[in-house]
Amino acid sequence: MAWAVFLILSFLCIGSVAAMILSRNQAHNALFLVLSFASLGGLFGLLDAPFAAAVQVLVYAGAIMVLFLFAIMMFNLRQGAPPERRRIRIVLAAGLGAILLAELVIAGRRAVLGGGGAASAPGRDITRLGELLFSDYLYAFEITSVLILAALVGALALAGKREGQ
Amino acid sequence: MIPASAFFILAALLFVLGVLAFFIKKDLLTQFMAVEVMLNAGNLAFLALAKTLGKADGQAIVLFVITVAAAEAVIGLAIIVLVFRQRKSIRTDDLKDLKG
Repeated sequence: MAWAVFLILSFLCIGSVAAMILSRNQAHNALFLVLSFASLGGLFGLLDAPFAAAVQVLVYAGAIMVLFLFAIMMFNLRQGAPPERRRIRIVLAAGLGAILLAELVIAGRRAVLGGGGAASAPGRDITRLGELLFSDYLYAFEITSVLILAALVGALALAGKREGQ
Repeated sequence: MIPASAFFILAALLFVLGVLAFFIKKDLLTQFMAVEVMLNAGNLAFLALAKTLGKADGQAIVLFVITVAAAEAVIGLAIIVLVFRQRKSIRTDDLKDLKG
Protein backbone atom coordinates (compact mmCIF):
# COMPACT_ATOMS: atom_id res chain seq x y z
CA MET A 1 0.00 0.00 0.00
CA ALA A 2 2.70 2.44 1.01
CA TRP A 3 4.67 1.42 -2.08
CA ALA A 4 1.71 2.13 -4.32
CA VAL A 5 1.29 5.60 -2.82
CA PHE A 6 5.02 6.22 -3.08
CA LEU A 7 5.17 5.17 -6.71
CA ILE A 8 2.12 7.18 -7.74
CA LEU A 9 3.36 10.30 -5.96
CA SER A 10 6.89 10.02 -7.25
CA PHE A 11 5.69 9.48 -10.83
CA LEU A 12 3.45 12.53 -10.49
CA CYS A 13 6.33 14.56 -9.11
CA ILE A 14 8.94 13.51 -11.68
CA GLY A 15 6.43 13.63 -14.50
CA SER A 16 5.25 17.13 -13.77
CA VAL A 17 8.83 18.42 -13.54
CA ALA A 18 9.57 16.73 -16.88
CA ALA A 19 6.44 18.32 -18.32
CA MET A 20 7.71 21.64 -17.02
CA ILE A 21 10.90 21.13 -19.02
CA LEU A 22 8.97 20.23 -22.17
CA SER A 23 6.27 22.88 -21.98
CA ARG A 24 6.99 26.37 -23.24
CA ASN A 25 4.18 28.25 -21.55
CA GLN A 26 5.18 29.86 -18.28
CA ALA A 27 1.72 29.67 -16.71
CA HIS A 28 1.56 25.96 -17.50
CA ASN A 29 5.03 25.57 -16.03
CA ALA A 30 3.90 27.16 -12.79
CA LEU A 31 0.85 24.90 -12.62
CA PHE A 32 2.98 21.82 -13.28
CA LEU A 33 5.20 22.94 -10.46
CA VAL A 34 2.19 23.24 -8.14
CA LEU A 35 1.30 19.61 -8.93
CA SER A 36 4.88 18.56 -8.33
CA PHE A 37 5.07 20.34 -4.98
CA ALA A 38 1.72 18.97 -3.87
CA SER A 39 2.81 15.41 -4.58
CA LEU A 40 6.07 16.14 -2.77
CA GLY A 41 3.93 17.15 0.18
CA GLY A 42 2.37 13.69 0.05
CA LEU A 43 5.84 12.14 0.00
CA PHE A 44 6.77 14.19 3.06
CA GLY A 45 3.72 12.73 4.76
CA LEU A 46 4.96 9.25 3.87
CA LEU A 47 8.22 10.12 5.62
CA ASP A 48 6.41 10.69 8.94
CA ALA A 49 6.76 14.44 8.70
CA PRO A 50 3.18 15.74 8.79
CA PHE A 51 4.21 19.27 9.70
CA ALA A 52 6.65 19.52 6.82
CA ALA A 53 3.95 18.15 4.53
CA ALA A 54 1.46 20.78 5.66
CA VAL A 55 4.01 23.55 5.31
CA GLN A 56 4.97 22.27 1.89
CA VAL A 57 1.40 22.40 0.64
CA LEU A 58 0.53 25.70 2.31
CA VAL A 59 3.71 27.68 1.72
CA TYR A 60 5.18 26.14 -1.42
CA ALA A 61 2.21 24.95 -3.45
CA GLY A 62 0.14 27.79 -2.05
CA ALA A 63 1.98 31.00 -1.31
CA ILE A 64 5.14 30.79 -3.39
CA MET A 65 3.47 29.48 -6.51
CA VAL A 66 0.70 32.08 -6.27
CA LEU A 67 3.49 34.65 -6.17
CA PHE A 68 4.94 33.13 -9.33
CA LEU A 69 1.55 33.23 -11.05
CA PHE A 70 1.11 36.88 -10.11
CA ALA A 71 4.53 37.64 -11.57
CA ILE A 72 3.57 35.80 -14.78
CA MET A 73 0.39 37.86 -14.95
CA MET A 74 2.44 41.04 -14.65
CA PHE A 75 4.81 40.13 -17.43
CA ASN A 76 2.20 39.65 -20.15
CA LEU A 77 4.60 37.59 -22.21
CA ARG A 78 4.23 36.55 -25.77
CA GLN A 79 4.70 32.87 -26.50
CA GLY A 80 8.15 31.39 -26.75
CA ALA A 81 10.33 31.84 -29.77
CA PRO A 82 10.81 28.99 -32.27
CA PRO A 83 13.25 26.34 -31.07
CA GLU A 84 16.39 27.56 -32.68
CA ARG A 85 19.78 26.02 -31.85
CA ARG A 86 18.49 24.32 -28.73
CA ARG A 87 19.86 20.90 -29.63
CA ILE A 88 23.38 21.54 -28.46
CA ARG A 89 22.06 22.99 -25.21
CA ILE A 90 19.90 19.97 -24.56
CA VAL A 91 22.72 17.54 -25.33
CA LEU A 92 25.12 19.43 -23.09
CA ALA A 93 22.58 19.67 -20.29
CA ALA A 94 21.73 15.97 -20.60
CA GLY A 95 25.40 15.01 -20.37
CA LEU A 96 25.89 17.23 -17.36
CA GLY A 97 22.76 15.82 -15.76
CA ALA A 98 23.89 12.23 -16.29
CA ILE A 99 27.25 12.97 -14.69
CA LEU A 100 25.60 14.72 -11.77
CA LEU A 101 23.15 11.85 -11.28
CA ALA A 102 25.97 9.29 -11.27
CA GLU A 103 27.86 11.37 -8.76
CA LEU A 104 24.85 11.73 -6.49
CA VAL A 105 24.07 8.00 -6.67
CA ILE A 106 27.65 7.08 -5.80
CA ALA A 107 27.75 9.53 -2.91
CA GLY A 108 24.31 8.48 -1.72
CA ARG A 109 25.17 4.78 -1.78
CA ARG A 110 28.28 5.42 0.24
CA ALA A 111 26.35 7.51 2.74
CA VAL A 112 23.55 4.97 3.10
CA LEU A 113 25.89 1.98 3.36
CA GLY A 114 28.28 3.74 5.71
CA GLY A 115 25.69 5.33 7.95
CA GLY A 116 23.93 2.16 8.95
CA GLY A 117 20.19 2.56 9.20
CA ALA A 118 19.40 1.90 12.84
CA ALA A 119 15.92 3.32 12.45
CA SER A 120 14.50 3.40 15.92
CA ALA A 121 11.82 5.80 17.13
CA PRO A 122 10.43 7.74 14.17
CA GLY A 123 10.22 11.47 14.63
CA ARG A 124 6.49 11.45 14.22
CA ASP A 125 5.46 13.54 17.18
CA ILE A 126 5.40 17.22 16.47
CA THR A 127 6.23 18.19 20.05
CA ARG A 128 9.83 17.15 19.51
CA LEU A 129 10.06 19.38 16.47
CA GLY A 130 8.65 22.29 18.44
CA GLU A 131 11.01 21.74 21.35
CA LEU A 132 13.92 21.52 18.94
CA LEU A 133 12.93 24.73 17.19
CA PHE A 134 12.76 26.65 20.44
CA SER A 135 15.85 25.18 22.08
CA ASP A 136 18.65 24.07 19.77
CA TYR A 137 17.56 26.10 16.77
CA LEU A 138 16.33 29.16 18.67
CA TYR A 139 18.84 31.56 17.15
CA ALA A 140 18.24 30.25 13.65
CA PHE A 141 14.50 30.57 14.21
CA GLU A 142 14.77 34.18 15.32
CA ILE A 143 17.15 35.05 12.51
CA THR A 144 14.63 33.55 10.08
CA SER A 145 12.05 36.08 11.20
CA VAL A 146 14.55 38.90 10.58
CA LEU A 147 15.27 37.37 7.16
CA ILE A 148 11.60 37.41 6.22
CA LEU A 149 11.27 41.02 7.32
CA ALA A 150 14.35 41.93 5.29
CA ALA A 151 12.93 40.13 2.24
CA LEU A 152 9.64 42.03 2.61
CA VAL A 153 11.36 45.40 2.86
CA GLY A 154 13.78 44.50 0.09
CA ALA A 155 11.03 43.47 -2.31
CA LEU A 156 9.18 46.70 -1.62
CA ALA A 157 12.34 48.72 -2.17
CA LEU A 158 13.19 46.90 -5.39
CA ALA A 159 9.88 46.51 -7.14
CA GLY A 160 7.61 48.98 -5.37
CA LYS A 161 6.13 51.87 -7.27
CA ARG A 162 8.27 54.99 -7.18
CA GLU A 163 6.72 58.35 -6.54
CA GLY A 164 8.52 60.12 -9.33
CA GLN A 165 7.61 57.73 -12.12
CA MET B 1 7.95 -0.03 4.65
CA ILE B 2 9.76 1.97 2.02
CA PRO B 3 13.55 2.08 2.40
CA ALA B 4 15.18 5.45 2.68
CA SER B 5 17.29 4.74 -0.40
CA ALA B 6 14.15 4.95 -2.56
CA PHE B 7 13.61 8.46 -1.30
CA PHE B 8 17.27 9.30 -1.87
CA ILE B 9 17.05 8.10 -5.46
CA LEU B 10 13.92 10.16 -5.97
CA ALA B 11 15.63 13.21 -4.47
CA ALA B 12 18.65 12.72 -6.73
CA LEU B 13 16.41 12.39 -9.79
CA LEU B 14 14.49 15.49 -8.83
CA PHE B 15 17.67 17.48 -8.28
CA VAL B 16 19.07 16.43 -11.64
CA LEU B 17 15.78 17.33 -13.33
CA GLY B 18 15.99 20.74 -11.68
CA VAL B 19 19.53 21.23 -12.99
CA LEU B 20 18.42 20.12 -16.46
CA ALA B 21 15.49 22.52 -16.43
CA PHE B 22 17.79 25.32 -15.32
CA PHE B 23 20.15 24.74 -18.21
CA ILE B 24 17.60 23.99 -20.93
CA LYS B 25 15.10 26.72 -20.24
CA LYS B 26 15.79 30.20 -21.46
CA ASP B 27 13.48 32.45 -19.54
CA LEU B 28 14.31 33.72 -16.09
CA LEU B 29 11.01 32.72 -14.53
CA THR B 30 11.23 29.05 -15.46
CA GLN B 31 14.86 28.93 -14.43
CA PHE B 32 13.80 30.32 -11.08
CA MET B 33 11.19 27.56 -10.80
CA ALA B 34 13.95 25.05 -11.52
CA VAL B 35 15.86 26.41 -8.52
CA GLU B 36 12.79 25.75 -6.39
CA VAL B 37 12.71 22.16 -7.67
CA MET B 38 16.32 21.71 -6.57
CA LEU B 39 15.54 23.12 -3.12
CA ASN B 40 12.69 20.67 -2.81
CA ALA B 41 14.91 17.77 -3.75
CA GLY B 42 17.19 18.81 -0.89
CA ASN B 43 14.21 18.94 1.44
CA LEU B 44 13.21 15.42 0.46
CA ALA B 45 16.70 14.13 1.22
CA PHE B 46 16.69 15.91 4.59
CA LEU B 47 13.38 14.33 5.55
CA ALA B 48 14.49 10.87 4.42
CA LEU B 49 17.58 11.24 6.61
CA ALA B 50 15.48 12.49 9.52
CA LYS B 51 13.36 9.37 9.30
CA THR B 52 16.35 7.05 8.92
CA LEU B 53 18.14 8.48 11.94
CA GLY B 54 14.98 8.86 13.99
CA LYS B 55 15.70 12.50 14.78
CA ALA B 56 13.58 15.59 14.26
CA ASP B 57 16.53 17.80 13.30
CA GLY B 58 15.98 17.19 9.62
CA GLN B 59 12.42 18.46 9.88
CA ALA B 60 13.61 21.64 11.60
CA ILE B 61 16.12 22.21 8.80
CA VAL B 62 13.41 21.65 6.20
CA LEU B 63 11.37 24.34 7.88
CA PHE B 64 14.28 26.76 7.60
CA VAL B 65 14.88 25.82 3.97
CA ILE B 66 11.25 26.54 3.16
CA THR B 67 11.36 29.95 4.83
CA VAL B 68 14.61 30.84 3.08
CA ALA B 69 13.07 29.69 -0.21
CA ALA B 70 10.09 31.94 0.39
CA ALA B 71 12.32 34.94 1.05
CA GLU B 72 14.42 34.08 -1.98
CA ALA B 73 11.33 33.79 -4.18
CA VAL B 74 10.14 37.22 -3.09
CA ILE B 75 13.49 38.91 -3.78
CA GLY B 76 14.12 36.98 -6.98
CA LEU B 77 10.73 37.81 -8.43
CA ALA B 78 11.24 41.46 -7.53
CA ILE B 79 14.54 41.42 -9.40
CA ILE B 80 12.92 39.72 -12.41
CA VAL B 81 10.20 42.38 -12.40
CA LEU B 82 12.91 45.05 -12.42
CA VAL B 83 14.72 43.36 -15.31
CA PHE B 84 11.46 43.13 -17.22
CA ARG B 85 10.74 46.81 -16.64
CA GLN B 86 14.12 47.83 -18.00
CA ARG B 87 14.48 45.38 -20.88
CA LYS B 88 10.87 44.48 -21.69
CA SER B 89 12.02 40.87 -21.82
CA ILE B 90 13.00 38.10 -19.43
CA ARG B 91 14.61 35.83 -22.00
CA THR B 92 18.20 35.17 -21.08
CA ASP B 93 19.18 35.57 -24.74
CA ASP B 94 18.40 39.25 -24.43
CA LEU B 95 20.59 39.74 -21.37
CA LYS B 96 24.05 39.54 -22.84
CA ASP B 97 25.72 42.66 -21.50
CA LEU B 98 28.51 40.73 -19.81
CA LYS B 99 29.39 38.84 -22.98
CA GLY B 100 32.69 40.18 -24.24
